Amino acid sequence: MTGNTGSGAAAPVLRLEDVSRVHGRGAAEVHALRGVDLEVHPGELVAVMGPSGSGKSTLLTLAGGLDTPTSGRVLVEGRPLGDLSRKRLAAVRRRAVGYVFQDYNLIPALTAAENISLPRELDGASARAARREALAALEELGLADLADRFPDEMSGGQQQRVAIARALIGDRRLVLADEPTGALDSTTGEAVLAVLRARCDAGAAAMMVTHEARHAAWADRVVFLRDGSVVDEAGAAPAESLLAGAARDGSGPVGR
Amino acid sequence: MSIRHGLLALLDQGPRYGYQLRSEFEARTGATWPLNVGQVYTTLGRLERDGLVEPSGEDDEGHVFYAVTEKGRAELRSWFGSPVSRDDPPRDELAIKLAMAVTVPGVDVREVVQAQRRHSIRALQDCTRLKARAMAEGAADSDGDLAWLLVLDQMIFRTEAEVRWLDHCESRLARHRPAAAAAPAATGPRAEPGPEPEPEPHGSFRRRGTRPRRA
Repeated sequence: MTGNTGSGAAAPVLRLEDVSRVHGRGAAEVHALRGVDLEVHPGELVAVMGPSGSGKSTLLTLAGGLDTPTSGRVLVEGRPLGDLSRKRLAAVRRRAVGYVFQDYNLIPALTAAENISLPRELDGASARAARREALAALEELGLADLADRFPDEMSGGQQQRVAIARALIGDRRLVLADEPTGALDSTTGEAVLAVLRARCDAGAAAMMVTHEARHAAWADRVVFLRDGSVVDEAGAAPAESLLAGAARDGSGPVGR
Repeated sequence: MSIRHGLLALLDQGPRYGYQLRSEFEARTGATWPLNVGQVYTTLGRLERDGLVEPSGEDDEGHVFYAVTEKGRAELRSWFGSPVSRDDPPRDELAIKLAMAVTVPGVDVREVVQAQRRHSIRALQDCTRLKARAMAEGAADSDGDLAWLLVLDQMIFRTEAEVRWLDHCESRLARHRPAAAAAPAATGPRAEPGPEPEPEPHGSFRRRGTRPRRA
């Protein structure tokens, strides 16, 4: 019940066990996912790549408890989502999981700080405490100046970084991102990924769906989906020739 | 060639000696294309022969300095002013490998594609890690570090393009499969009458217009 069995730092924040999802039935049956096993640990950013229709988005919605698997289990911080009552599932979705979508999904009538503090207030935090946390989050992302701006007064990149701040406020340790850089130009998209990366380096766990290799490359692991199955994985065994070359040249800008 | 012009560009900022040129070249490009001192001196020799640089004294330790000449400056300006030619693309081993793979019976082309994609993504991760570190250290603040970031970006975009091309190859292969599956007969040296089931992509080079194609 408590879900906090010790503070095993290595326990996965997200775990998918033999997860399958079938849409429709009979002749119209579509196997969106077939027996997927996947773990995302604290501090880890995992990218999921695959062509359209390979099951990327299904994977993300299942991981976030927005959909339920046909078979298999999804565990968030050790809790099988399938065992939870509707109410408790909603609480997990609200407290443990943050979502970042391609189109930001900020509420237009609220300022950046209000957008970020909203989930905390829904959790029952006082307005003042929630605002304090929101300001701290903005500060950390270098967006302190934007606290009182409305979404339509911010650039796309700024909105997306605010969305990441919102996805991570409170105790959320899992971020699920669906093409988070989709509508952004390359340098702005990069800034957003750098933020996501930094949050993972600080201990969050994130799973990001993308079809762009350049973005997936920010991840520790890249999982390839084809027709609903994980077909391959590119791990994070650090660095072949490049890092070796950089390490050799101690005076260079990347010497450290 | 790029080393030649790279050295000219460095010398344009003031006289330097060989070893200095080598380390500055590598600092700008993050040691991506390592130079040995021998190459630097050979190139300096040719530049001098062509009148683009000239010796300009020695220091106490006997380092021979070189300075760019007026002709060298003109050459450098013309280099910056003209695009790098793409008319004669270098041979690409991967393109050749895939071109061969689709014609050689018994090769699992999808596996060739995936093995390459795995490798390329790994390389992309390495570059991205270097870039994240450079960005975190505020690299964009100095010109030399900015140069290194640009070089890293180039490697990243090039590798990304390769991965996108591999994705595209894969989907083309998937669509192509029925034709290929039709001929898995016991393959002797000439069991198949040549791989020509897909006329458009090849044909578009030579035989334009035989089939009106409108988007």
